[in-house]
Amino acid sequence: MAEPERRRTDRSPWNWLLLVPIVVPLLTFLYNHDEPRLAGFPLFYWLQFAFILLGVTTTTIVYQMTKRRSRP
Amino acid sequence: MSDHITEIVVFTFLFLLVSGMGFVASRWRAPKDMAHLDEWGLGGRSFGGWITWFLVGGDLYTAYTFVAVPALIFGAGAAGFFAVPYTVIIYPLFFLILIRLWSVSHRHGFVTPADFVRTRFDSPTLALVIAITGIVATMPYIALQLIGIEAVLKTMGVTGESTIARHLPIIIAFAILAAYTYQSGLRAPALIAFVKDTLIYIVILVAIIWLPYKLGGWNAIFDAADAKFQASPAPNDGITLNANNQVQYFTLALGSALALFLYPHSITGVLASKNRDVIKRNMSALPAYSLLLGLIALLGYMAIAAGVKPLPGATPGSVDSNTVVPVLFDQQFPAWFTGIAFAAIGIGALVPAAIMSIAAANLFTRNIYKEYLRKDATHAQEANVAKITSLVVKIGAVACIVFLDPQFSIDLQLIGGVIILQTAPAVVVGLYTRWLHRGALVAGWAAGMAVGFWMLWQIPNAATGRKHFGGSAFPLSEFGLDSTKTIYVGFVAVLVNALVAVIVTLILRAAKTPEGVDGTEADDYFADEGDPRIEKQRTTPVDNVSST
Repeated sequence: MAEPERRRTDRSPWNWLLLVPIVVPLLTFLYNHDEPRLAGFPLFYWLQFAFILLGVTTTTIVYQMTKRRSRP
Repeated sequence: MSDHITEIVVFTFLFLLVSGMGFVASRWRAPKDMAHLDEWGLGGRSFGGWITWFLVGGDLYTAYTFVAVPALIFGAGAAGFFAVPYTVIIYPLFFLILIRLWSVSHRHGFVTPADFVRTRFDSPTLALVIAITGIVATMPYIALQLIGIEAVLKTMGVTGESTIARHLPIIIAFAILAAYTYQSGLRAPALIAFVKDTLIYIVILVAIIWLPYKLGGWNAIFDAADAKFQASPAPNDGITLNANNQVQYFTLALGSALALFLYPHSITGVLASKNRDVIKRNMSALPAYSLLLGLIALLGYMAIAAGVKPLPGATPGSVDSNTVVPVLFDQQFPAWFTGIAFAAIGIGALVPAAIMSIAAANLFTRNIYKEYLRKDATHAQEANVAKITSLVVKIGAVACIVFLDPQFSIDLQLIGGVIILQTAPAVVVGLYTRWLHRGALVAGWAAGMAVGFWMLWQIPNAATGRKHFGGSAFPLSEFGLDSTKTIYVGFVAVLVNALVAVIVTLILRAAKTPEGVDGTEADDYFADEGDPRIEKQRTTPVDNVSST
């Protein structure tokens, strides 16, 4: 196995961004309120639905920024 | 029963349709040689983005989830909504951690997480512990899928007097499922998942537009739920959390997320994808299911607003809260649409049940049969044993439901989530470092199991009056803390597990106990499609001559 040159890694500073959708949904004090309601939904529900969007956005960003350039 | 004829006809038609698909699936993307565990048990490790999306989505969001989560919201309110944060945080975790497991498994041909642990820590014993934990945790999960189907059948009035008559439809359904899983392996649920998820998405979209319109809008729905919880004497229900159950809420979300990705069936779904890119892209796409699950959860509140009364349970005087959503549909929608919704739930049970039984069969074959019973098994023999094991597992699940109180399966599943978490130090930490000693990992596992069981044993269920295994919320006051808060059992157990593993590692290191040889290299954790496989990694010299 001759591959001294090409030491691969998946380390990237962008990965830290993924901590956001892991930590934020666990902070109950952020969303544990009834008011303000949005379209009839208490804050507790609509904000947690919004976290889904947060998760999608961050994973998409990290994926795009860490995508491996196509290797020859 | 007669007033449910339309529902039953639609249900049966769709059910038979997907059963046909299950059998045809063996010819879908057919390999040259099906007699290999990679083919039967992992669909040839070839699934692209779409198939993976449907397969993993259909796998993680089971029929039981669709029935039980709204039932929880119906009964307890906000506490049941943990399913949403839980399924948000799981994808970044997959993205960071499970991708490494995919790479190392691709490189070494691992089929199960226990395969990885065996090579990484050079310990068949630790692998056996991981495998048995996985099998034990998965079995009741399969049984629970049957409870999902039963809730639907019960609402359609398909019940009987004797035990056998009552369960006959389920036995037939599972016999069909067992037959096509035996024949087609992972290809069957992958193909059926397309139908299942399409049906579920349609049904839920219609329901969340139509029901609020009919019930007076979302404001009215939440207010009705609020009024119900205000009036109820239970201390911890309500449309928001209170001071006592917030710790429980977030530890349960975090613990469940960790547990879900350690479950053998989720790992099977991930390992079946063809490259790292497919997995990473899916982590951005799979949260669509979380949205769906959140909306399904809210059906529980709609049921409150609609004044749904759940059907009676198995024992006189009890109610079967799992029937909340089926009864809601039965009341609010025309029969043909209800039939489609019920079929979606019924088929929704088949996909995960198939994947789970395949995952359990893979574990048995690779980490028990091949490791201890027949070291020189050929690929064809492995595939054959796995097929037979998947049958045994399903018979076991049906027997659990037919002969035991369904509550027993629910208890076991509760325990299952806690015990599968105890494999985290070996599997998750092991993907990053080999610092923890193999002996210490076994010790930590044992400690975590003991603590988990003790805590679950201590928890009573006020609603049903049972003294043990009443839930997963452990009162901190039991630890002697001056607090009325509760915490998720699995979370505490896995902390104890990790702590013991660290301490014992230091001791074993000091005593110079042999650590074994790492069979993996740093680069293996980043391997991708097209990288060469390392064949014959296992220590036993295996045949070039075919079976003896």
